[in-house]
Amino acid sequence: MIDYSFIVDFLFMWIRVATPILLTSLGAVICERTGVVNLGLDGIMLISALFGVLGSAWGGNLFWGLAAGVGAALIVSGVFAYFHLMLKANAVLCGTAVNTIAGGLTVFVLQLATGEKGSSSSLKSFSFPAVNIPIIKDIPVLGDILSGHNVITYFAFLMVIVITVFLYRTPMGLRMRAVGENPSAASSVGQNVVKIRFLAILLCGVMAGMGGMYLSMGYLSMFTRDMVAGRGFIALAACAMGQANPVGALISSMVFSFFDGLSNILQLLQIPSEFVQMLPYGATILGLTVYSIQKQRQKNKKNKEIQQNVIK
Amino acid sequence: MEEKKEVLRMENIVKVYSNGVMANKGINFSVLAGEIHALSGENGAGKSTLMKIIFGEEQPTSGDIYVNGEKTIISSPQLAISLGIGMVHQHFMLVPSLTVAENVILGVEPRKGLLINRKKAHRQVEEMADKFNMQVSPRARIEDLTVGQKQKVEILKALFRGAKILILDEPTAVLTPQETTELFEELKRLKSNGYTIIFISHKLNEVKELCDRISIIRQGRSMGLYDMKDVTEQDISNLMVGRDVILNIEKKPPEIGDPTIRVKDLNISGENGKTFVNNVSFLLREGEILGIAGVEGNGQSELAESLTGLRKYNSGSIEMCGKEISGCNIKDIRALSVSHIPEDRMTTGVAPALSITENTLSDKISQEKFSKLGIIDKGKIKQYGLEMAKDYQVLCKNPDVRIDSLSGGNIQKAVLARELSSDPKVIIANQPTRGVDVGATEFIRKRLIKMRDNKKSVLLISSDLNEVLGLSDSIIVMHDGQIVAYFPDAGKISELELGKYMLGIEKQSESEIKEACHGQ
Repeated sequence: MIDYSFIVDFLFMWIRVATPILLTSLGAVICERTGVVNLGLDGIMLISALFGVLGSAWGGNLFWGLAAGVGAALIVSGVFAYFHLMLKANAVLCGTAVNTIAGGLTVFVLQLATGEKGSSSSLKSFSFPAVNIPIIKDIPVLGDILSGHNVITYFAFLMVIVITVFLYRTPMGLRMRAVGENPSAASSVGQNVVKIRFLAILLCGVMAGMGGMYLSMGYLSMFTRDMVAGRGFIALAACAMGQANPVGALISSMVFSFFDGLSNILQLLQIPSEFVQMLPYGATILGLTVYSIQKQRQKNKKNKEIQQNVIK
Repeated sequence: MEEKKEVLRMENIVKVYSNGVMANKGINFSVLAGEIHALSGENGAGKSTLMKIIFGEEQPTSGDIYVNGEKTIISSPQLAISLGIGMVHQHFMLVPSLTVAENVILGVEPRKGLLINRKKAHRQVEEMADKFNMQVSPRARIEDLTVGQKQKVEILKALFRGAKILILDEPTAVLTPQETTELFEELKRLKSNGYTIIFISHKLNEVKELCDRISIIRQGRSMGLYDMKDVTEQDISNLMVGRDVILNIEKKPPEIGDPTIRVKDLNISGENGKTFVNNVSFLLREGEILGIAGVEGNGQSELAESLTGLRKYNSGSIEMCGKEISGCNIKDIRALSVSHIPEDRMTTGVAPALSITENTLSDKISQEKFSKLGIIDKGKIKQYGLEMAKDYQVLCKNPDVRIDSLSGGNIQKAVLARELSSDPKVIIANQPTRGVDVGATEFIRKRLIKMRDNKKSVLLISSDLNEVLGLSDSIIVMHDGQIVAYFPDAGKISELELGKYMLGIEKQSESEIKEACHGQ
């Protein structure tokens, strides 16, 4: 039976599950725009998820959790950037290395810290608080859907605007877009391509780190082994499908997480769980197919325009 | 007349690259304020290296640079820019998806708080464009602009950064004749506004028309500095190559034989339905060079691609040495003894990372001579490479070096070596001497004439009017995908007349155009 509360619950959950994908895909947008493919997002999310929990447990408050999570993301991103930009290692290899390390490192550190390999449930860690938005929370229906989310969720949606302004209205954003599209053009006017890309990778790392911390300090209130479960890759796909544009990334993230949310609900119904778990990933593949068809069309259109210009 | 100030002086510049190539061997170079100064020399003479040194992209091994009388070490392009030196690269340094204004302000953005002050940027760019009469809208995207407009943006970019000395690296290589005229007017306007321009070119007529003084370098050495009024084109050419280049192409009358290419009612259109070639018919015969003249982008490239199998055609027929080629792939067409000197030598002409030997051999590697049972014979190949380099005068340390380490002219000679050594009956040469120095141009042209004298057919597509007129026996003019004129005797037509047809101002009658089919 689909009734009112079911729909409200679903919409609320949709926003909840969209948050980590959105945050990370916004990071991916920054990287993509400067011409770096950061495949290590999944790993960065996982590492930040763990260190956020450990930081808050050992530091005794949320601030230390945030600092540790962001710090860990910066360090891992810095290493990725150093290998990729300074030592000229292939970005795909660097990203894969980050993901592989993250899988092992998090379990290792988790065991050192708690003696367990599965989760951090024995630690007393802190979570980011949920926030009720004044006025909106009193609106019927809308209040139930939009209010009462985790503070990071609101941060994520705010970042859509912030990053749009950053990329399209600020000097550094312009430089990043230039570096991504034609690095030699940017360097010919004295821009340091490596420096700009380094900065982009770090910013991207912070966003992915926030996405990871949301999982262990908001969505759940503990770290569990491999809890990111491919969300970093889904975020990358969302970035690509959103044409490396913050609003596009938002829309694609919402599409992907719709299926993620749907799978949560369908599990309650009598549909085989394997099929349900497949949905978000199937949606990703479908999404990317649609995206590339659309891109091809765009290319054809552009070719046509250019040819017309030539004739003129 | 007051004495003009020297804005740039270079003394005894020596540049040895880390791979041991000595590009500059003690060059002296001096530029006065407010002049248009030509820098000419063959490809590989060291012009580009010298300019890279001025712009801070390369450091001289020894020698001094004086900017406005002060000894300076130009350690980076950024420093060069701050010294008032601007560079317009041959390959544009623009970001296609950004607007004109965004490209111009990149790195020196006017700000309003944390954000870019877009209004101010647009206004500044507009004012600057107006001042120098360059018509580009600051809001237009680079990807929607023509080549000529892109070049204007490049010039604006340099001016916006406060350049007083502008270096233009072969700026007319990519322009149509009209765009070239426009560019020259802009440059003259800049000159009258007190800007100094260094104009790198080996098109002697342009240099002669535009420039005040000329510096000539040859094989890394200065060949002198001349007032333009004191030297003739012939003098310049002699100084550049050190021997008399025949600017007027000499050839004997053609001995025409049987048809080799028969094109009938050919139509070619793109994936999106845009027509490239519209109902074109012509005949190419043995012992004939048929020139196809036209402003670039009027269907010549697509025609060449279809003739060589690189592009499918929609209707009509192409018969090559008696065989209809619609079902043939590129290999089949080559097997009919058709050779192709492609328009873009770096992408379709050669494999840049392979050696000269490997490139000249790439169409012959499966021949039994070079490989047995799938194993290649190193010794034979090496010898073949040496022969090719010698026969086609490819200047190199040895033929096993990467082909992209050569100058444009030498790469083109290597392409020629591959294409002409397979004993073709038909040669389709698309812009065979574009961006190639005077010496190599002469060599390539002579070889093409030699092929024709040996009863081969040559289809010559070129936007260099001198070349089309000088080399061809008969000429077709293409405009907007159609043949608009056919001249059975290329010797009887002037450049001016040809221009009118190329620009679509005039068109011959149907029956005159039909002559291109020779009644078949």
